[in-house]
Amino acid sequence: MAKPLDTKLPTPLREPQIRPPQIRPPLVEGDKSLGDVTRDICKPLEATPTGLWYAALCVSLTALILGVTAVTYQIATGIGTWGLNKTVGWAFDITNFVFWVGIGHAGTLISAVLFLFRQRWRTAVNRSAEAMTLFAVMCAGLFPLIHMGRPWLAFWMAPYPNTRGPLWVNFKSPLLWDVFAISTYLMISAVFWYIGLLPDLATIRDRSLPGLRKKLTGLLCLGWNGSARTWHRYETVYLLLAGLATPLVFSVHSIVSMDFATGVIPGWHTTIFPPYFVAGAIFSGLAMVLTLMLVARKTMRLEQYITPLHIDRMCRLMLAMGSIVGLAYATEFFMAAYSGNPYEQFVFKNRALGPMRWAYWTMVCCNVVIPQLLWFRAVRSKLALVFVLSIVVNIGMWFERFVIIVTSLHRDFLPSSWAHYTPTIVEVATLVGSFGLFFTCFLLFCRVAPVIAMAEVKGVMGFRRPAPERDTQETAA
Amino acid sequence: MTDRHLLATFDYEEDLLAATDEVRHQGYRIVDAYTPYAVHGLDRAMGLRPSRLTWVCFLCGLTGALVALWFQHWTAATSWPLDVGGKPWNSLPSDVPVTFEMMVLLAGFGSVFALLGVSRLYPGKHARTPSIRVTNDQFVLVLDEAGSDFNLPSLVKLLEKHHVQNIEERLSADQASCCE
Repeated sequence: MAKPLDTKLPTPLREPQIRPPQIRPPLVEGDKSLGDVTRDICKPLEATPTGLWYAALCVSLTALILGVTAVTYQIATGIGTWGLNKTVGWAFDITNFVFWVGIGHAGTLISAVLFLFRQRWRTAVNRSAEAMTLFAVMCAGLFPLIHMGRPWLAFWMAPYPNTRGPLWVNFKSPLLWDVFAISTYLMISAVFWYIGLLPDLATIRDRSLPGLRKKLTGLLCLGWNGSARTWHRYETVYLLLAGLATPLVFSVHSIVSMDFATGVIPGWHTTIFPPYFVAGAIFSGLAMVLTLMLVARKTMRLEQYITPLHIDRMCRLMLAMGSIVGLAYATEFFMAAYSGNPYEQFVFKNRALGPMRWAYWTMVCCNVVIPQLLWFRAVRSKLALVFVLSIVVNIGMWFERFVIIVTSLHRDFLPSSWAHYTPTIVEVATLVGSFGLFFTCFLLFCRVAPVIAMAEVKGVMGFRRPAPERDTQETAA
Repeated sequence: MTDRHLLATFDYEEDLLAATDEVRHQGYRIVDAYTPYAVHGLDRAMGLRPSRLTWVCFLCGLTGALVALWFQHWTAATSWPLDVGGKPWNSLPSDVPVTFEMMVLLAGFGSVFALLGVSRLYPGKHARTPSIRVTNDQFVLVLDEAGSDFNLPSLVKLLEKHHVQNIEERLSADQASCCE
């Protein structure tokens, strides 16, 4: 039983405290109080979904159903439904796998790497970027499973004692390293995301009326009560996870690149691959975060939380990553020329001037030439233009993987085995289906969890006691 | 430790921080503080020691790395040696990626489960919050009324200096029911 004391408190004396001068623009616009932040961010969860949301969900679900149909068909019939041939043994499927893993890299970059670098602006975008990571890695994981042809035997990839010897998995194979890297990445990203969600789930629990939402959030927030002792440990674990996830994010795409780099195929067998792939992954991931954020801030009315400042920072990061990717393209060509290896030189000439040159030049335009516009503040501040640019980069990065994989394979050492590759409708439908899965998951996420980490935004918004003169101004107004 | 607690509510983190620091230096016992976000410097103001979860993380990571390294070596060189491209059976460099991944996996999961264990957080736990607003926009400092030097009027004066919004006395067992 609560026993309030009979102490009637006088109005607290306002000590003259001056706000520190704002050197940088505020991270949250509109002079919000802590309560305003909770209300604004929870609003989309508590309101009925808009027509636009339903329309987007319909489109995503249609794409997903198309993908499920295609996957069912190809598993029932066989991988022969793809356009692969004896020369081009890897093409569309692995391109999509690398593309989606790459998309998944921005989430951990924003939540872990930028956290370690104390970039406080990350709080507006980290939650949705982490969710995006999870969904993208899920999409990525599907492609090797489908590629197996017999996905029900996927457990053979795990090193478990079996009746065949026991015959263990081959730990010297980069493809097995991939299994460990991608599954570790998925699990660590999921934990990072969930741990970050705990305080916000508690906030939703405490503001919900009794009902299903209150029960579910109450169950999932694990009894979070905002205790300073728990916060203290939580901050420690968050820092530890960030420290662990930072090398993890670099390791994952490095390992993915080793799937190619450890092969003897000219065009794949280069030591530049790990950093080149990591930069490309972060580049494409940032582009996808930008695409999603620009849509989310408009449709969910979060303009005051995801401000032009955030978009500007993301654009700068994207420009930096894009420039590294451009440098990697140039280095590859230089190394081929410098190596004196005629096969290596042929692959690169073939890439730029051969029958697949359209794909190569699409990649260069989308990833190197067009992103140079981001040098200009005028471009970075035009959000519609940034949106278009982010989509252009995504297209370019998909083509990058396609170019690396297909152009290196289709004309190999023996001209007699040269072949062309065209994807079949089944392969295209599978790619469309993966986009369907990604966007369906993301749209559902926007409805069930706050897209902005409330507890983190509150911590960096610099919410302070107003200066006395500010009070007087407000009263006068 | 008595079962009578004094709850002081604040609207701003700076007030909570200053009040916590002063209250502790005056010798009052702090039970806990409740905040909507991680307030930096509150651990120092409350006199909390650095968390030992870093050790859990280190030990779990070490276990993960050692087990992964041993297992790869055992399967590839002892249990069923396989000649892969003429490489040595016990080729250490090829074990590095999986060893690293297992280290990260165990260290990450170990620290998170240790956090949940130490903070007693589990699915379906009934949250004991002093007010439903502590997960939204309020800061609450909970003090223990134990000790002969517990002087309510001087404490109230101290808290008022730090712009306390509300002071309330509760039995500690009642804290759970207040947010229902």
